[in-house]
Amino acid sequence: MTSLVELMDYDEVIEKYDPVLGLEVHVELHTNTKMFCGCANVFGGEPNTNTCPTCLGLPGALPVVNAKAIESAMRIGLALNCEIAEWCRFARKNYFYPDMPKNFQTSQYDEPIAFNGWLDVTLDDGEVIRVEIERAHMEEDTGKSLHVGGATGRIHGAEHSLLDYNRAGVPLIEIVTKMIPGTKERAPEVARAYVTALRDLLKALDVSDVRMDQGSLRCDANVSLSPKTTGALGTRTETKNVNSLRSVERAVRFEMTRQAAVLESGGEVTQETRHFDESSGSTSAGRKKETAEDYRYFPEPDLVPIAPSREWVEELRLTLPELPWERRARIQKDWNLTDEVLRDLVNAGALDVIIATVEAGAKPDEARSWWVSYLAQQANSKGIELTDLAITPAQVAKVIELVNAGTLTNKLAREVVNGVLEGEGSPEDVIEKRGLKVVSDDSALEKAVDEALAAQPDVAQKIRDGKVQAAGAIVGAVMKATKGQADAARVREIVLARCS
Amino acid sequence: MTNDLIHATAAELAAKIHSGEISSVEVTQAHLDRIAETDAKVHAFLHVDTEGALAQARKVDEAVKAGEQVSSLAGVPLALKDVMTTEGVPTTVGSKILEGWIPPYDATVTRKLKEAGVVILGKTNMDEFAMGSSTENSAYGPTHNPWDLDRIPGGSGGGSSAALAALQAPLAIGTDTGGSIRQPGAVTGTVGVKPTYGGVSRYGLVAFSSSLDQAGPCARTVLDAALLHEIIAGYDHMDSTSINAPVPPVVAAAREGLSGDLSGLRVGVVTQFSGDGYQQGVARSFEAAVSQLKELGAEIADVSCPSFDYALPAYYLIAPSECSSNLARFDAMRYGLRVGDDGTRSTEEVMSLTREAGFGPEVKRRIMIGTYALSSGYYDAYYGSAQKVRTLITQDFAKAFEKFDVLISPTTPTTAFKIGERANDPMAMYKADLCTIPANLAGTPAMSVPSGLSDEDGMPVGLQIMAPALQDHRMYRVAAAYEAARGAFGGPSL
Repeated sequence: MTSLVELMDYDEVIEKYDPVLGLEVHVELHTNTKMFCGCANVFGGEPNTNTCPTCLGLPGALPVVNAKAIESAMRIGLALNCEIAEWCRFARKNYFYPDMPKNFQTSQYDEPIAFNGWLDVTLDDGEVIRVEIERAHMEEDTGKSLHVGGATGRIHGAEHSLLDYNRAGVPLIEIVTKMIPGTKERAPEVARAYVTALRDLLKALDVSDVRMDQGSLRCDANVSLSPKTTGALGTRTETKNVNSLRSVERAVRFEMTRQAAVLESGGEVTQETRHFDESSGSTSAGRKKETAEDYRYFPEPDLVPIAPSREWVEELRLTLPELPWERRARIQKDWNLTDEVLRDLVNAGALDVIIATVEAGAKPDEARSWWVSYLAQQANSKGIELTDLAITPAQVAKVIELVNAGTLTNKLAREVVNGVLEGEGSPEDVIEKRGLKVVSDDSALEKAVDEALAAQPDVAQKIRDGKVQAAGAIVGAVMKATKGQADAARVREIVLARCS
Repeated sequence: MTNDLIHATAAELAAKIHSGEISSVEVTQAHLDRIAETDAKVHAFLHVDTEGALAQARKVDEAVKAGEQVSSLAGVPLALKDVMTTEGVPTTVGSKILEGWIPPYDATVTRKLKEAGVVILGKTNMDEFAMGSSTENSAYGPTHNPWDLDRIPGGSGGGSSAALAALQAPLAIGTDTGGSIRQPGAVTGTVGVKPTYGGVSRYGLVAFSSSLDQAGPCARTVLDAALLHEIIAGYDHMDSTSINAPVPPVVAAAREGLSGDLSGLRVGVVTQFSGDGYQQGVARSFEAAVSQLKELGAEIADVSCPSFDYALPAYYLIAPSECSSNLARFDAMRYGLRVGDDGTRSTEEVMSLTREAGFGPEVKRRIMIGTYALSSGYYDAYYGSAQKVRTLITQDFAKAFEKFDVLISPTTPTTAFKIGERANDPMAMYKADLCTIPANLAGTPAMSVPSGLSDEDGMPVGLQIMAPALQDHRMYRVAAAYEAARGAFGGPSL
């Protein structure tokens, strides 16, 4: 399929067209319960176990709005510099789909809870661009369909489908940007940077797990091209199934080159939903709809309007945590970091874990050094994000503490970290299981030192003659004999004492 | 003895059961026997829960014997409209699409009845999804009016009203979206009350039109209806549209009304509900009722509510719109009927075949009207305009209630018509709800109390009494006073 798609060279695209972006991000809130019922809101679980009459859409069941979800929606709106509606409603979006129990989605429509905001986004080189937010509205998630027997796992060609309604009714916030023009060749990067900034913001607000791999943060990328010759707006496509930050960038770039090729060959871009394929990095058209979608929205009669008092809004504003950009500014000042160093830490996704490690007791330099060197290498070799490593900032802080206390050498510390990453438990568990403690028993060390001195009498004599630097050879021999589990500084002290 | 038990009011039965004079099991059995004896002719019930009813009756008898405090209606049998979910007991809503469905949960009304020790005899017949005014739209065959078996018992709650008139139960539950409690009450000579919208929880009421549906009590006397009203009403956190306010003091009002004094009460006669299309016997019965209210001391004057003329068309846009969405869930995926699932058809085809086979013609008509009315480009002209009419009707009520304590009208333009007479004329059928619909659109309470029999055809006529929101007790007081002054008007012979 993909090989049939003509693509234009990226530089040529930029020469001829201005890309226009629009991003729709769906965030699953991690409230304890679902949007309209008391069922547990948890990822995974045996299919159809977190369900009740309401989220299964049984006849007669009614929704009741989760107040915590409204609160989260308003906090998101406030953090995105939005206005908060004084009065708004839910509506019904009517369409038939098996994973939607009521065959309508209860969603806000023309009365979103938050609107007219903005988010400042920092690009890789430090340039800041302001993305305007159209709206943030509340809705419920659908269940999940599992299509069995087809080649692609999509409904087309499947033999049968299984339905899991555990996710049905999970609270979602949809955050929609206004059109983002003028990003030129940086459009793919802007898209990624926006989703990254939004993810960090939502994480700081502690409203969602924001795991793109688990679908708790989902991005639909709208892309169109405006010919430089006319400046007219182009037809947009909406690309779904973009499941990682890198995919956001790739999907936008692919669509730009594909649409440009279509236009160049005299064709027209079709307004459609496209599906991003992670492995090929390409997008493909969704199933063609025979008729235009008419969702027949109307106000949800089973729910009452939401009219948050201004007092409530102001109370929530006060609960906003230090936001990522405020935090970065503070850290840069406190730790005395240059712009470049700070940016590198941010781009490596290391800042938050370093801060958490410092908060767990480590010094900033020590924490930085672990995360940007040894741990970054481990993440790279595993092909995962730093934050997905199986070690917590508190555990890293513990290892640093043990090194400072002389219980571990740096070499032993790395082994402890390896053990934690391999799932052997806490640093203490790994030390215990692997027997990694520094040998600090002086009598054992003295014996090893005496043996080393006896084995190298000429070196021993040099030390006795005052050539202190010769002690290194004896220390090395002792470290070798103790398999690295000795504290080298202490060994050196003993060597010098024995030879004085 | 059995004869006494089935003729007694709920209040009388409760007093005797609670004093130990008779047992709830005896009372329940008497009504089960009456159902067995008469329901082949009436067809009020879709499902009789003999075991469940007797088990509940035994529980109440034990509690009474143990000297426990029981509710005002504990041990009294009741007929429940098949629109309310009942855990473990079939709930069909009069539709083939839910044939065989056993709900895993109780509606709030069901739960409250059970907790109060009320004995649920079974589930009563209704127009499919409560859409209709004759119970002819039930997928399980029509219910017959006990006063004349060739006539309709009203609808949608014809099963509940017929069960009362046939002495199969002293109490029943109905739901009223456009008159489905009051109109059946009027044409069967029974009392039917639509409480203030939000007064009784809708949780577990299988929705027809969410913004209009309201459950309420049905009985043969005003006091019985009030007693039942107090048991099923009240705030429910499971229903967002439930009103968080004390239940209006309807029982006290009904008792107060029995004193027969209405002096100083200002009663408005709605002028829109008279004239052409109103049967002579109905008009004469209404005039007699007005005279009787005057004798009780009420001050009576005409009041015009001009926007009520647009209530029927507005209703037939709003109700179908909401129903087109509410009924979308019946898609064969999770429960109920499934047609065409032979491994060769797509999900959409199975959904479509199931809905084709499972819904009756009136339900399909309303889904189509509603789907059309909500469509892009038509929304403002239809649904939007209907909502504006709704606001105007609410304003007309508010203006009228500045001058009057209650408003009255005939409940229906005619007495019960013949089965089949209007079956192929939807507009004629819809007109049966002409007088009842405004209260649904405004969310205000209204009730029908029998005003005797029409002198032309000997069929029962209903007097409608309407009150402002949350003033349900006002209409109970008026109805009880009128009922006492009116006296007995006989009953059907079966």
